[in-house]
Amino acid sequence: MSTPVTKATDQPLLAVRDLSKHFEVGRSGGLFSSRPRLLRAVEGVSFDLHRGQTMGLVGESGCGKSTTARCIVGLQRASSGSIRLDGEELTTLSARQWLPHRRRVQMIFQDPYASLDPRQTVGSILAEPLAIHSTERPKARRLRAMALLDAVGLNPRHLNRYPHEFSGGQRQRIGIARALALEPELIICDEPVSALDVSIQAQVINLLKELQQRFNLAYLFIAHDLAVVRHICERVAVMYLGRIVEEADRDTLFTNPAHPYTRALLSAIPVPDPAAEATRNRILLPGDVPSPVDPPNGCPFHPRCMHAPEIPADACTRDRPQLLPRDTASRPDSPHHCACHLP
Amino acid sequence: MALLDVQNLSVRFDTQDGSVRAVDGVSFQLEEGETLGLVGESGSGKSVTNLALMGLVPAPPGVVQADHINFAGRDLLTLTAEELRQLRGNEISMIFQDPMTSLNPLLTVGRQLSEVLEIHQGLSRREADRLCAAGLADVGIPEPETRLAAYPHELSGGMRQRVMIAMALLCKPRVLIADEPTTALDVTIQAQILELMTDLRERHGTAIILITHDLGVVAGCADRVHVMYAGRLVETAPTAPLFSLPVHPYTRGLLASVPTLTGDPTSALSSIEGQPPDLANLPAGCAFAPRCDYAETRCRSGPMPLEAIPGESAPRTVACLLATEIAAASGGAR
Ligand SMILES: Nc1ncnc2c1ncn2[C@@H]1O[C@H](COP(=O)(O)OP(=O)(O)OP(=O)(O)O)[C@@H](O)[C@H]1O
Ligand SMILES: Nc1ncnc2c1ncn2[C@@H]1O[C@H](COP(=O)(O)OP(=O)(O)OP(=O)(O)O)[C@@H](O)[C@H]1O
Ligand code: SF4
Ligand SMILES: [Mg+2]
Ligand SMILES: [Mg+2]
Repeated sequence: MSTPVTKATDQPLLAVRDLSKHFEVGRSGGLFSSRPRLLRAVEGVSFDLHRGQTMGLVGESGCGKSTTARCIVGLQRASSGSIRLDGEELTTLSARQWLPHRRRVQMIFQDPYASLDPRQTVGSILAEPLAIHSTERPKARRLRAMALLDAVGLNPRHLNRYPHEFSGGQRQRIGIARALALEPELIICDEPVSALDVSIQAQVINLLKELQQRFNLAYLFIAHDLAVVRHICERVAVMYLGRIVEEADRDTLFTNPAHPYTRALLSAIPVPDPAAEATRNRILLPGDVPSPVDPPNGCPFHPRCMHAPEIPADACTRDRPQLLPRDTASRPDSPHHCACHLP
Repeated sequence: MALLDVQNLSVRFDTQDGSVRAVDGVSFQLEEGETLGLVGESGSGKSVTNLALMGLVPAPPGVVQADHINFAGRDLLTLTAEELRQLRGNEISMIFQDPMTSLNPLLTVGRQLSEVLEIHQGLSRREADRLCAAGLADVGIPEPETRLAAYPHELSGGMRQRVMIAMALLCKPRVLIADEPTTALDVTIQAQILELMTDLRERHGTAIILITHDLGVVAGCADRVHVMYAGRLVETAPTAPLFSLPVHPYTRGLLASVPTLTGDPTSALSSIEGQPPDLANLPAGCAFAPRCDYAETRCRSGPMPLEAIPGESAPRTVACLLATEIAAASGGAR
């Protein structure tokens, strides 16, 4: 796994193009309105992820982050679009054709308990992927499982315990250890540290960064904690209602956000200081979260955007803004994209 | 008299590796309309403490002991299983940490929500449905009427969490135990949920136990904060002094580990050195001693009672033999 560090201009490890995922929902109302409707969970998402890089994916609850993740790891079939790993198309693979890629692409799940088999001990949860994908002997596998537990701050002696015998944050760390077991090239991390106290969270993040340096790992990092995102991600994409609405390098996104949704999001981060909390200035988003079954016309954010009335010709309610490059003359190597009519 | 008064609560799990002391002699009180923040290391006993209050610790292997757990004048330890069930989801309700394990995967969201109302308040199905849709709208779920027909797996992680919240709030409980209620929510919806909880407390005098790892949320919402380490309370204080002058070395280490929005993002995050303790094999004396920069020989023996700091006016207590010295050295007792 020790490939030399590649430049950003080389072929990306992961290339997602125009990815969409729609679900049929419906059954609402009375007997006669049972025609299924489409829920547009993910709509035209594109991005590249290079070896050794971490890309953050943030956005409103329900905006399609986990669905994007599940499509990438093959747990859900994309409705349209393309997902390439090292140039190879993944969306058309059958479950069997996926198998050899399993080892290269791992996922840390948002809901740790639901993703761990309650009838398996932690030891076998960790050793099983090793048994399938490697030739290590049982004794060696057991030692590796113990080393993995230790690395995520769990007691190696707890190998014989079942998932229900752990706390929420301990289960989350079992999920992390399992994803690391096969030394993958890409890990999709869906809220990997949300159940951890800040000290253990720091240990886990430092571990992820260290492994990244050693093995040139790539992470797609989904999280709601923006301070954590700032510490681990070089680039960040912001999603709203199934689409990427802004994408930039970390510094630009946090110091110079362009999209009104990103600005509202950054303004609402709670800080551990009671005095500052009492006097803070949040940009409150008015109105209800729109539905992915019946998304607004024009800009999906317009019903809640305080700038929409300023834009001439009702552009925000009529035309959907494209994700376009902003002026980044100062940093030509680091494109900044935003989907908004605001100049 | 406090609404909830817990005296000397202990929970252990008898396992093949020995007896795991998940909660060890925890005492606290909760007043009507108060928000108590509960923070601490992952695995330190926050969830188990609160499951014990609700009578939900699995036994065996769990063994719950306490001098008393008084709620509104009744000792919960003396109630029958049926009486406890009546209390849960009605007078005391809990938002569980793991939404997927507490929602039934085979029932629609609407069914699970309305059941609460039909059972506890005897409402008709139609009336219950209307209230449930309103409850989902309150927690920011779009098209709530449509979503009543959804199954849990059709919702995003944060939506499942909000369904749990809506369920816990439906009955306007007197005590709300919220175990990591906003971990799966973005900060704007999180703010909306916290607002909703504040509203409940102001209008109905609901007391809230808020368990969270998000110290920013604690700073913004809690009146008082309790800090747990290895099954014990190690520091209790009103919110402002806890943040301005943390005393227990664990609390200090925890606050120092918060990732910030300023500062160099590429530097390693600071954390508390060493591994969490083994609850089946706790050291004598202070459980934090093996990881503590201040530890002295006397820290490694004898009980570590939670005590007030002499001369300190804020009603705070700390379980550390060096509390007075640490407080004096870092700003003095106030
Ligand atoms: N059934 C069980 N058998 C053995 N140990 C258990 C069992 N259930 C919980 N524990 C242990 O009890 C301790 C306390 O667990 P608890 O869930 O209360 O932690 P917590 O403080 O809520 O942590 P987190 O922040 O990670 O959710 C943990 O160390 C856990 O491993
Ligand atoms: N199997 C499914 N059937 C129907 N709808 C689904 C299904 N899975 C997801 N959805 C819907 O797709 C949308 C996006 O869900 P997703 O889980 O990707 O959100 P998310 O961004 O991960 O949110 P969160 O931050 O809350 O986890 C939601 O409206 C959700 O209800
Ligand atoms: S396009 Fe218009 S409505 Fe959308 S975010 Fe920009 S200003 Fe607001
Ligand atoms: Mg998700
Ligand atoms: Mg817990």
